[in-house]
Amino acid sequence: MPRAEPTFDMTPAIELRATRRAFGSVIALDSVSLAIAPGEFFALLGPSGSGKTTCLRLIAGFDQPDSGTILLDGEDVTNTPPFARNVNTVFQDYALFPHMTVAENVAYGLRVRGIAAAGRAQQAAAMLDLVQLGEFGARRPHQLSGGQRQRVALARALINRPKVLLLDEPLGALDLKLREEMQSELKGLQQRLGITFVFVTHDQGEALSMADRVAVFSQGRVEQLDTPRELYNRPQTAFVASFVGSANVVGRDAAQVLTGSGHAFAIRPELIELLAAGEPAPDGSVQCSGEVVNVLYHGASSRLRVKVDERTTLAVAWSESTGGGVPGLTTGARVRLAWRPEYAVPLRD
Amino acid sequence: MTGRAEFSLQGRRAFYFALLLAPPLLWLGIVYLGSLFTLLLQSFYAIDEFTARIVPEFTLATYRQLLTRPAHVDIILRTLLMAVAVTMAAAVIAFPVALYMARYAGPRTKALFYVGVMLPMWTSYLVKVYAWRLILAKQGIASWGFEHLGLMGALDKALAVPVVGGPSLASSYIGMFVVFVYMWLPFMILPLAAALERVPASLLQASADLGARPGQTFRNVVLPLALPGLAAGSIFTFSLTLGDYIIPSVVGAPGYFIGMMVYQQQGTAGNLPLAAAFSVVPIVLIGLYLMLARRLGAFDAL
Repeated sequence: MPRAEPTFDMTPAIELRATRRAFGSVIALDSVSLAIAPGEFFALLGPSGSGKTTCLRLIAGFDQPDSGTILLDGEDVTNTPPFARNVNTVFQDYALFPHMTVAENVAYGLRVRGIAAAGRAQQAAAMLDLVQLGEFGARRPHQLSGGQRQRVALARALINRPKVLLLDEPLGALDLKLREEMQSELKGLQQRLGITFVFVTHDQGEALSMADRVAVFSQGRVEQLDTPRELYNRPQTAFVASFVGSANVVGRDAAQVLTGSGHAFAIRPELIELLAAGEPAPDGSVQCSGEVVNVLYHGASSRLRVKVDERTTLAVAWSESTGGGVPGLTTGARVRLAWRPEYAVPLRD
Repeated sequence: MTGRAEFSLQGRRAFYFALLLAPPLLWLGIVYLGSLFTLLLQSFYAIDEFTARIVPEFTLATYRQLLTRPAHVDIILRTLLMAVAVTMAAAVIAFPVALYMARYAGPRTKALFYVGVMLPMWTSYLVKVYAWRLILAKQGIASWGFEHLGLMGALDKALAVPVVGGPSLASSYIGMFVVFVYMWLPFMILPLAAALERVPASLLQASADLGARPGQTFRNVVLPLALPGLAAGSIFTFSLTLGDYIIPSVVGAPGYFIGMMVYQQQGTAGNLPLAAAFSVVPIVLIGLYLMLARRLGAFDAL
């Protein structure tokens, strides 16, 4: 359930109250309310078209809501233009000015505020040092690699000392290794500066590893707003269960067959136990049996898909080192499954 | 084996490329550049004043004549000033139109604007020039309009200004200027709109996000990134004005322009060297203009 009220006592750095934005007949954001604490690393997670980017654009001021209120630091900024908001953005394509040097790009925020050239250059140099690009000030953006451009965009956005930094898919254009590096770098930077970071991503791994709290968006609504741990362990809807990590979502009808309770639930593949032939199931566990549909070997573990009834197939993670020697794990084999009832997370409909 | 196969494949490709490129290269290289070169060569010859024959000997006499006779210098300055004025006016008028087309108009309005800008180019150039002569004539629709708007006094005052004024719009430099600007405006609007369209919206958002007011964003981001388009457009308007001989002979005051001088000297007067020397002037001026534009960083954003 999306929490409308902040769970902290301070004035939120950002607050959205019943914010709605539609483009023609498409509702991009459907009455979203959320509050972000000062100094928080906050992720807006969702598939494309879920409303997360619209939400970010509304906070930055590039777009206005059809109804609802946006507050920054307790102040209503719903109709404040972007240049008058104490918020800065790192754009998905970095949006560096091609006709300026790297140092001029970084100093831009100071220049438009009328700060003298000498002071500007000094601060820009310090900022470039902060992102480890001290020697690149005289270059043009097109002479830098993707990762370096990303850092320039970061330095440029931070030079105005914003209360809030918005990041739009900041790592989307980087390759895997660089992305992991930047993840820990961003996290470290945020902790050092103590600025509120709000970032948009469609990558659940990124959201889980970096954010303090995550708002999961789907179809213009916040499906769940929680810490990464809660989100992973206690998904509240089928969407969150399957989007964050991967979980078996068992609908009401299938649950009726498997547990006799008729309440939809989700269970992580790694919490389902694979029983050897003749091995008794632990006391009180839910049991079922089925046929292996396929086996995918992942190195540390394998993933089986087991068909337990006509319409239900469960994914089961199985590790050779911890799962014991269950023989004959090939397609078509009959296996028995069991899990502790408390591992099954009940879902809202 | 494979090496030979690759070689023959490459050889075949080269042959096809040569086949494709030969006609345009022959056309450009021999017919166009060749004749341009012979024309330039002519400018280093001189005409024998008595026999009116071209003496094919290298001399700078024609250029001396071009740059020392006050009448010739007047023609060059007159043409240059008109070209500069037309280019500046076209840039000022074209910018808002191009900006609206590129950034603000919806798809339908944009299409309408593009058609509107290009439509006049489908009409014969001569028809348009003569139409303008009628529009600007003493009893023409322009002065009728001024009269009905109660602005006849302003028009009379403008026409009373020495040098640029005259008995009517159709026989003054003001009128000629108006026709030039009208004629070359599409050549300014189109490259400018193309340049503005290429500016990513995220750059404008980034500028605003960093605290720039709309005016600052325009000065610091939009204008510098539109400069290559402005340079391209101004090269059109500038060189077209420098070279034109029809507009100055149909509309405006009787003073000569470079194009008219070239036309007259190589035709009726038969002084091919002087005509050639006159036609070198726009080439040199445009070269200087390009160097200046480059110095000012017009092509930095390319």
